[in-house]
Amino acid sequence: MSLFLFKRIATLIGTLIGASVIVFLVLEILPGNAAQMLMGPDASPDAVAALATKLGLDQPAWTRYWHWIGGLLTGNLGDSYAYSSPVIDLILERLALTVPLAVMAMALTVVIALLVGVTAAARHNKLGDVGLMGMAQVGIAIPNFWFAILLILVFSVQLQWFSAGGFEGWGEGIFAGLKSLLLPALSLAVVQAAILARITRSAVLEVMREDFVRTARAKGVSQRMVLWTHVLRNAMIPVITVMGMQFSELLAGTIVVENVFYLPGLGRLIFQAISNRDLIVVRNCVMLLAAMVVIVNFVVDVLYAVIDPRIKASDV
Amino acid sequence: MSATTVPSAVALKVPGFWRRALHHRSFAIGGVLSLLLLIAAVLSLVWTPWSPYAMDMANKMQGPSATHWLGTDAFGRDVASLLLVGARASILVGVIAVGIGLVVGTALGLLAAARRGWIEEAVMRLSDFTLAFPAILSAIMMTAVFGAGIVNAIIAIGIYNIPTFARITRASANAIWSREYVAAARACGKGSFAITMQHVLPNISAVLIVQITIRFAIAILAEAALSYLGLGTQPPQPSWGRMLSEAQTLMFQQPLLAVFPGMAIALAVLGLNLMGDGLRDLLDPRLARAR
Amino acid sequence: MALLEVNDLHIGLQTQRGPAEAVRGISFSLERGETLGIVGESGCGKSITVMSLMGLLPATAKVTGSIRFDGTELVGRDEKDMCQIRGNRIGMIFQEPMTALNPVHTIVRQVGEPLRLHRGLSKAEARKEVLALLDRVGIPDAASRLDAYPHQFSGGQRQRIGIAMALACGPDLLIADEPTTALDVTIQKQILELIQGLVAERGMALILISHDLGVISQTVSKMLVMYGGSVVESGPTDAVFAKRAHPYTQGLFAARPAIGAPRGLRLATIRGSVPELVDLPPGCPFAGRCAYTVDACHTTRPSATVLPPDHAVRCMRLEEIAAAQAVAP
Repeated sequence: MSLFLFKRIATLIGTLIGASVIVFLVLEILPGNAAQMLMGPDASPDAVAALATKLGLDQPAWTRYWHWIGGLLTGNLGDSYAYSSPVIDLILERLALTVPLAVMAMALTVVIALLVGVTAAARHNKLGDVGLMGMAQVGIAIPNFWFAILLILVFSVQLQWFSAGGFEGWGEGIFAGLKSLLLPALSLAVVQAAILARITRSAVLEVMREDFVRTARAKGVSQRMVLWTHVLRNAMIPVITVMGMQFSELLAGTIVVENVFYLPGLGRLIFQAISNRDLIVVRNCVMLLAAMVVIVNFVVDVLYAVIDPRIKASDV
Repeated sequence: MSATTVPSAVALKVPGFWRRALHHRSFAIGGVLSLLLLIAAVLSLVWTPWSPYAMDMANKMQGPSATHWLGTDAFGRDVASLLLVGARASILVGVIAVGIGLVVGTALGLLAAARRGWIEEAVMRLSDFTLAFPAILSAIMMTAVFGAGIVNAIIAIGIYNIPTFARITRASANAIWSREYVAAARACGKGSFAITMQHVLPNISAVLIVQITIRFAIAILAEAALSYLGLGTQPPQPSWGRMLSEAQTLMFQQPLLAVFPGMAIALAVLGLNLMGDGLRDLLDPRLARAR
Repeated sequence: MALLEVNDLHIGLQTQRGPAEAVRGISFSLERGETLGIVGESGCGKSITVMSLMGLLPATAKVTGSIRFDGTELVGRDEKDMCQIRGNRIGMIFQEPMTALNPVHTIVRQVGEPLRLHRGLSKAEARKEVLALLDRVGIPDAASRLDAYPHQFSGGQRQRIGIAMALACGPDLLIADEPTTALDVTIQKQILELIQGLVAERGMALILISHDLGVISQTVSKMLVMYGGSVVESGPTDAVFAKRAHPYTQGLFAARPAIGAPRGLRLATIRGSVPELVDLPPGCPFAGRCAYTVDACHTTRPSATVLPPDHAVRCMRLEEIAAAQAVAP
């Protein structure tokens, strides 16, 4: 197991480095002078030049890259142009909202998807299956920001159970904070849950066809117990793979959903930074997103080995 | 993608295909919805109940009535007309964005499968990277940097389709390349290009058809999200996504304004997804047997 | 009272081409401690028959007739009751040991599962039982391998584990569906001997399915020959082997390659091929492939002729066949 972990961690670090290079390069090839864009078309050339020097844009790319990496490792990410405050503070502040939001959304996704997927598979080809999968199809088709608006319409405008947006911070208590994250998390979760439910259902159906299921039934295990104790774990491999990919979709979704709910999270920060051409913030935020995705994939890889004992053995 | 079963376009030529297709629940429903989308867009070219640009402040934010079937928006514009014209934007984005991905991506995928070696590695690495990187993020970056507007939105979405089509084409093409009739063709001295055009491409066309419907749906969703954020179709050109963002500010006054555009998006995407699912079932030889 | 009495069992299945009768009125009985072999080609209905004893047919299957196990009727029994019987009163071993075990559960968990389910044993108690079982079936060094996973065992060992699982609760009846077909020849013998030993030791009844006549002759005392969903010949193994009254049985025996036969001798085959279930004629299922077919064979199902004392054959041309064969041996 330790060799397996070591290899995986080495790959993780390598991927992170590769991602940082790619993120840096992509933002390098933006057209035009970054300082020029930040200041707008009617700024004086001197002001632009001064800003360029301040941002270190006159140095060669290689130097800037190392400067940035050094900053990443020491926690000094520079200052945001638009907000005139250290980027690291900005990001941490926003993460305090987005990470719980993403985790909540992922948890909701998994619970809903497993329940729906397994139930549909158990009622294969009967009304329950068709009904649930029909709902899943609708779930996939609904834009997450529209679902968010609908939720606001029903629960904020009509029922007045929730506020229509905004986030008071965790100072008011965990419950209050979670409450304001519930509708956003639901909007993110619905689409992903629909996709995952379909995957779960087909994975479960595949596994139910395997011989060992017949053996279990021949031992007197009931159909229901077979599903939950024998089948599910075997079906989790493809399910977890998709879950890993969905995490990055979820994070991307926060960009739009945080806008709908006026939540001061990482997604909203990225969006505003891009609109403001605040390059430093953009670069660091994108790197952060990439890092989160890579780490999640790493966790998924390790989970494979936990779920399926054959993988540890063959892949070391 | 299993090495031995590739959805076969041959199924299209089997007599009775269209009869089976019309009876297939997913395909039928999806087909009808997709057709409605197309009809709406085409119809809007020649007729709409009202002009989508005509403002009528006296009658703003009304609910559905006999004169305005779906009501009016904040400027008194007819919602039904806006939806019809908005369909045009959706279809335009879908067609071109998918077209870009299809043409370039498929070419890359076919090349990778034919040449193998480092080309294949490069194509795979590229598409692996984009798998992990959220599409909406790069679309936002591209439109913010290069400027908002439908053209840039289309390009941004289209660029993202390239690796997807490349990956799928490569996988299916590889399966075909390992078939015996291809080996026979090579033994006869046929070149890679000829084999690709005559054997590989026709046989993977079913996979591509299914992907086209799926990516079309995703393109519509992406355009809606970009327009919602203000980065896609610009005013005064109507767009379903932007209608939603305008409606959000008026939620307390006229909630229906937020319902109809979203429904339009959902129905269009649903139709395309169902049609794609149906096609996948109808064209998969293995599934057809097991039914 | 016999342990198992099957009477006029009909099983209908839904196939791609419509409904078909997979089992057409078979009857047999089995006493405690008796061994029965069922022999026949693929698709003749042997597996379906035993699956119906376990109540493990697909939901779309229609079963009529009677299966009395230890006095209680199994046909139409509700699922909860059947769960009590499976793995508990009736144990089953399957053909493919490589895929018969759950890859993500340890073997102590899998072999212990029926014990915990039916006997209510605790984890620790089950563990001790499982160790004893694994020792008995011949898993070397079982104590240290309890927490191992199936992929860490060979095919033969996995089949032994399967046998241990089937026997864990001491069932009255053991069903073995081609238990050695997927194993190497050298292992086959060991597994068969293991099964025989266990059956004798515990006084269990055994139903052994095989298409291998050699296995049948060595292991069971009575046998059924099945074709096209019907039992065409049945009786004590020795009697059937000696007499071979039914043309299909004769064909089966003739088709075996013989060691020591002269070179260049063509293998005998049964002409034609097994028809699909939906295509079986209403009369004798072997009609058309049989060299002695007459028109009546296609339309009328032959009733069982009994060659005393307990050897039954379903064929209406027995006399003519016997006569023909007496002339030309």
